[in-house]
Amino acid sequence: MPRPGFVLDVDRSTPPILFWRGENYSLEKLPADRSRVIYAPEPEAPIDDIDAAIRHALLNPIEMDPLPTLLFPGMKLTIAFDDISLPLPKMTRPDIRQRVIESVLDLAAEAGVDDVHIIAALALHRRMTEDELRHMLGDRVYDAFAPRGMLYQHDAEDQDNLALLGETPHGEEVEINKRAAESDLLVYVNINLVAMDGGWKSTATGLSSYRSLRHHHNTHTMENSRSFMDQHKSELHKSNWRMGEIMKKHGPKIFQIETTVNNDTFPSAFDFLGKREWEWNARDRAKFVASSAALNRTPARMRRNIFQSIEAPHQMTSIQAGEVEAVHKVTTANVYRQQLVEVQGQTDILTMGIPFICPYNVNSIMNPILVMCTGLGYFFNLYRNKPLVREGGVIIMTHPTTNEFHPVHHPSYIDFFEQVLTETTVPSELEARFEKKFAEDEWYKHLYRTGNAYHGVHPFYMWYWGSHALQHCGKVIIVGGDAPTIRRLGFTPASTFNDALEIASDVVGRSPTITHFHTPPIMIADVK
Amino acid sequence: MKALRVDRSTGRFMLARLVSGIDTGTAAKIGPLTLTNCEPPELVNNEWQRVHPLLTGICGSDLATVEGHASTYFEHWVSFPFVPGHEIVGTLDSGERVVIEPVLGHAARGAELPFPDAAPGDGDDYAHLAMPPLEPGIQIGFCNSTGGGWATELIAHASQIHTIASDMPDERAVLVGPVAGGIHAALLAISHASTTETPLFAVLGAGTMGLSAIAALRKYSPQATIIVGARYPAQMRLAKTFGATSVVKPDELMRAVRHAAGCHVVGDYLSSGAHVTIDAVGNSDSIALSLRMTRPRGRIVLMGMPSEVTTDLTGLWHRETQLMGAYTYGTETLPNGTKQRTFLMAIELANEIRAEQMLSATYPLSEYQQALRHASEAGARGAIKVAFDMRQEKLR
Repeated sequence: MPRPGFVLDVDRSTPPILFWRGENYSLEKLPADRSRVIYAPEPEAPIDDIDAAIRHALLNPIEMDPLPTLLFPGMKLTIAFDDISLPLPKMTRPDIRQRVIESVLDLAAEAGVDDVHIIAALALHRRMTEDELRHMLGDRVYDAFAPRGMLYQHDAEDQDNLALLGETPHGEEVEINKRAAESDLLVYVNINLVAMDGGWKSTATGLSSYRSLRHHHNTHTMENSRSFMDQHKSELHKSNWRMGEIMKKHGPKIFQIETTVNNDTFPSAFDFLGKREWEWNARDRAKFVASSAALNRTPARMRRNIFQSIEAPHQMTSIQAGEVEAVHKVTTANVYRQQLVEVQGQTDILTMGIPFICPYNVNSIMNPILVMCTGLGYFFNLYRNKPLVREGGVIIMTHPTTNEFHPVHHPSYIDFFEQVLTETTVPSELEARFEKKFAEDEWYKHLYRTGNAYHGVHPFYMWYWGSHALQHCGKVIIVGGDAPTIRRLGFTPASTFNDALEIASDVVGRSPTITHFHTPPIMIADVK
Repeated sequence: MKALRVDRSTGRFMLARLVSGIDTGTAAKIGPLTLTNCEPPELVNNEWQRVHPLLTGICGSDLATVEGHASTYFEHWVSFPFVPGHEIVGTLDSGERVVIEPVLGHAARGAELPFPDAAPGDGDDYAHLAMPPLEPGIQIGFCNSTGGGWATELIAHASQIHTIASDMPDERAVLVGPVAGGIHAALLAISHASTTETPLFAVLGAGTMGLSAIAALRKYSPQATIIVGARYPAQMRLAKTFGATSVVKPDELMRAVRHAAGCHVVGDYLSSGAHVTIDAVGNSDSIALSLRMTRPRGRIVLMGMPSEVTTDLTGLWHRETQLMGAYTYGTETLPNGTKQRTFLMAIELANEIRAEQMLSATYPLSEYQQALRHASEAGARGAIKVAFDMRQEKLR
């Protein structure tokens, strides 16, 4: 029986706590008697027979007919799937998506369906490489469909292949992939890593265009989502659900397949990273000392390769299929079961170690914009009820935050950093002044459509993602990073953790309460 | 009079060139420049007046001379020994405060004007610059007959003298010359982009000349997008103050221009780019970068004084790029077709932008080594313009 999440009150006997620092980590001593550490629940047991569970879900869907009854010869069948942004880190082969899609294809073949397209639901994310697609879908699916042009990646800038389904009462245009829209059945294959994923967000976001996305990927939505992980208080969720109503009326029939995974994040060589520090044995301590010392001497590029090659052992804990909203209710409950940790009250200072990966730098570089997004966009928003840090409190992050960008994956990020953040870091201001120009830039469109680049507007979305935290916090400090780069982000650099606490005292006084959010593994703080 | 003088000494030029890469102060010490007490220049005729400098700027071309980097091109256009310094605010014997337009034009030489009311810098035949009654010299500060601004006295022709208002501080007036240079370069840029309502200008370099060009671009082309590549924080701040739309580090300039133009990248070149690039640096790298980010049939205005450069000009040929020098000022044709003297426009613009913001430090003549070192390292030391201050000199 896995242990639930846990909040440790730090006392004098508490050992130093692990803080991620990008592609490295350190141990930091937290002040006794006023600090606490939030640990994620232990990994749930995975499903024993995954293939049987998948087949059961397809044959026994929720509020929908079994998949075989929806399949018929001559029909247009489209299978869409989540892209490389999840799960994190990438999972060991075979990926869940491969298993589910193979099962769906088996049923389609049995029903005599031969017009099948498989589409990666990229939205405005970067196109994946062949290796990445093979890892995700397996060689069998890739070799059968890709050479014939029936496995491809959604192109949100291909105006000829987008379909406008309508507008919500709020004036939100719903535009999605035309092939998906004109299919007799759209099967969506999801991995629900966090509570924000899935539901109508799968199709209304993953298969949509800038024209649609701009209605909810904006500062207003982000600043009014308290948080993204709480569907009842998320404007992002509400907008996607309004778009879902249009999809129901004017879109294709959708068979939603959602899966959850446990939070078994690290392979055995790094398993100490997921353990609670006072439970480290001699072997764990030796692993920490040896690995951190080795990483300190390893060139940055090699360090990155080491971490990006990590394949997580996390496995499927649930699969449910059928009608979108009914399925998503079950999925969300399953996500919460694995990730929720009850926490009593807010804190003056929230600390978080920023790891090597986020949804947008898989096989890539965690650039400064993504550091901001990971800390203030994702980790800050991993709460229900109220943020972990009180209004006006301080966030302390640890990360090297170098001025380094992947030129192929993140070209518009470089310009955003150089040309936008030098003007303003205020989300609403940069949205008003710069977003349109980046979104409509033909060169960025070209790189997005033909290369492996995120869309030109994507760095704006990353910045908006953190806008609620920017509004909420009194100060943001990054420890151990490149000072000019951190200042460009509008934050305060600190050389050590103790320096950061000293700097924070200007805002929260000399004896603030401190909470360390010990993630990864991913969890959600249910703040009472 | 007290003066800093440059003598023709090949050995000292070579020595200065040798050590200038290490330390400009030492280059000044062992180079062709000496602090001396000498006789003031003789008035040529009654059209000439004595000028007593109050402040005189240190310009990039002055530094190139002192450091032994000046091109051999100038050998026949200057006369030794000479007193450098051409960015001058001073007083006449009457006490009237004036700024000096340094070019020794037709009027100063008693030659026929190329057209009525021509300014000293006008014309398309430079023969007069090397002809009597003066020794050869393109301008005050490079001519043996006139002296220069790094002294307590010089002479100037009536055509070069502009009276300034009593409320214009010396610190602002000493920048009128560079501002005039900026206006001249900016108008060369604007005239080439006259067919578009929203021109895109790139400015590479934000020292005194680059900043002056930015201010002029903004004044005479208010709707323009001006993207600036600046190396140092003080330069970046003033570039914004003077009207740049966006200021980035020089190695980011091409990306910024691409974004502003909304064009593609093909190899090392932008598919389109800036209508005009003002290169206020003037070396092989800056010219190569300017070629890469200026749109086909665009113009590069070369404002920084280059010397010998090595650049692949295939792109210039293929894109039919104009490479145009912008040495000085004279009579300008404004976007509305009217003509005006650059120097008079510069006095107006210097007042509007409070040009004294660019003056970072002043030194007495006796501290010329420190002054030249400061000027040579201006950007890195947070400075823009360094000048000599003769207001306390005893020989005045």
